[in-house]
Amino acid sequence: MSHFRIDLRQRAEEILALYPRPRSAMLPLLHLAQEQDGYVSDEGIAEVAELTSTTPADVRGTALFYDMFHLEPVGRYVVGVCTNIACLLAGGDELLEHASASLGCPVGATSSDGLFTLEETECLADCDYAPCVQVNHRYVRTTTPDAFDNVVAQLRAGKLDHEVPHHGTLNRVRRAGGLRAPRAEVAAERAAAGAAREARVAKETK
Amino acid sequence: MATLTAPRIVLSRAEYDDSYTLSRYLATGGYVALRKALTMFPEAVASEVDQASLLGRGGAGFPAGRKWSMLRKAPISYLVVNGDESEPATFKDHLLLERDPHQLVEGVIIAAYALQVSAVYIFVRGEFALGLERVQQAVNDAYEHGSLGQNIFGSKFSIDVVVHPGAGAYICGEETALIEALEGKRGFPRIKPPFFPAVAGLYGEPTVVNNVETMSNLPWIINHGGAAFAALGGGRSTGTRLFALAGRVNNPGVFEIEMVKNTFRDLIYDPQLGGGVIDDKKIKAIIPGGVSAPWFGPELLDLPLGQDEVAEKGSMLGSGSIVVMDETTCVVRAAWRITKFFARESCGQCTPCREGSGWIERAMYRLEHGGGRMEDIDLLLDLCDNIAPGLTWPPQQTTICVLGPSIPSSVHSAIQMFRDDFVEHVTNGGCSHD
Repeated sequence: MSHFRIDLRQRAEEILALYPRPRSAMLPLLHLAQEQDGYVSDEGIAEVAELTSTTPADVRGTALFYDMFHLEPVGRYVVGVCTNIACLLAGGDELLEHASASLGCPVGATSSDGLFTLEETECLADCDYAPCVQVNHRYVRTTTPDAFDNVVAQLRAGKLDHEVPHHGTLNRVRRAGGLRAPRAEVAAERAAAGAAREARVAKETK
Repeated sequence: MATLTAPRIVLSRAEYDDSYTLSRYLATGGYVALRKALTMFPEAVASEVDQASLLGRGGAGFPAGRKWSMLRKAPISYLVVNGDESEPATFKDHLLLERDPHQLVEGVIIAAYALQVSAVYIFVRGEFALGLERVQQAVNDAYEHGSLGQNIFGSKFSIDVVVHPGAGAYICGEETALIEALEGKRGFPRIKPPFFPAVAGLYGEPTVVNNVETMSNLPWIINHGGAAFAALGGGRSTGTRLFALAGRVNNPGVFEIEMVKNTFRDLIYDPQLGGGVIDDKKIKAIIPGGVSAPWFGPELLDLPLGQDEVAEKGSMLGSGSIVVMDETTCVVRAAWRITKFFARESCGQCTPCREGSGWIERAMYRLEHGGGRMEDIDLLLDLCDNIAPGLTWPPQQTTICVLGPSIPSSVHSAIQMFRDDFVEHVTNGGCSHD
């Protein structure tokens, strides 16, 4: 019995087919697990282990290395405020402090209504809009406390659902179709091209 | 005044709202270079890139053509594109991924043809959700358009491109860590030798890892020739380059300007570029190439933006990120925050990096927040010296990868340039900036 919904299980199998080794699908499949449950659940881990021919312990150990995977439930919206160098110089610490007061939760925690989880992040590579804020890894470009509160109000009202999908959904563009270049054909073509090239080089050096 | 006569090579579509779509790309000369490349011998394509003497735009600045020539001949080989831009205050690849994904995809297919690799993986930083969507859409469109997949444009050449999401780890910007992540493991850098990607990379096969901006230059180079690219810039630093300007400037942003022909001062003060320092304050220090780079004082503002020019003065152009700190900036706080970043992002494999970063961070924390001791200043220098003996630049390495020796840069620079500020923090019992 699959833990993944039927559509996600199908996407998981499509992803697996893109790599010569199943383990390579580890990160994309963990993102899928997070998309389904909003975080990486034990059931999600077990499914990823089965799909990648690894063990749950191995999957958990790998997932823990990466900041984006949450192994405990988080809010529907994970709000990240950057305080790294460019944002520090633009008041990132002050904005993070404001965000904490405004959402009513300390950094690293989830608001009591379960809607928001607040995180202090490292550089999010959007330094011309410092201090930088992401919600579920979408840039919201709210550099002032007022603009921040405005975005929070809109999120609460569900008005930004199109721009900011619920936590876990990373890439909404599904790959259209699998691999198209048949492996054996590619190998044969490269071998032939390599031989032709060597013949050219030999002719030139003659 | 800045020299702004060079053509825009990678940001030529920046002004279009729909710059990321296939229709805009085709309407502005897209996929013409790929058609041209496919009529050339692969080695001729590589030779154009070699002639352009395009330096890698990721951070190390290794010539792309030479990197390509080192790829070991084998039945299977790979091209991996590094879109894991995470060096603090670097935000140029972010722009290219979101705003011109087709240019990247075309560059990637050209490179795949020149290198004759078996498959391509584009690794996109996980936090770039929109970038991931845009690049995946561009790949989908390219298949549909016939510029990707089987028998591209009716030629014998076939290739697949897979877009692979990262998941939040600075270290995966290091090429061997990125390969580990692509193999589904923790991003632990591999030791070189023996694990030079060109010899033993992805799945142990020969692999070229190139940066997003490097790849994005290829369509222009094929259309106009390597010589035209090499005619721009100066010395070893040819072409234009994206500079990400951040910090205390009026107009932060990504600017494509000719290398060497412009100086740090031009970039920061030209009204068409940085537009000067906020409130006309004086510059205290700049970080010239990402937070791994040693800092420069204002006396070096007239240095040309060239790889060798910056290296000669003991730092690096690195990732093309320039951070401006002005007289209102607390350099102790800035250096502490940068160290906190490295302590958080150290993968933990090597002792000097894992332990050293945390130790430096704790000492910097107490200086900034109160509780610092006068002897901490020399203790910090000693800790830095333990990670990168001699505190030279380029640094001596005691660790598997270059994250370790990057840790001391900011702390060492700050103490060297502004020791009085550290002393003041001790006597004040912490930071007196508001």
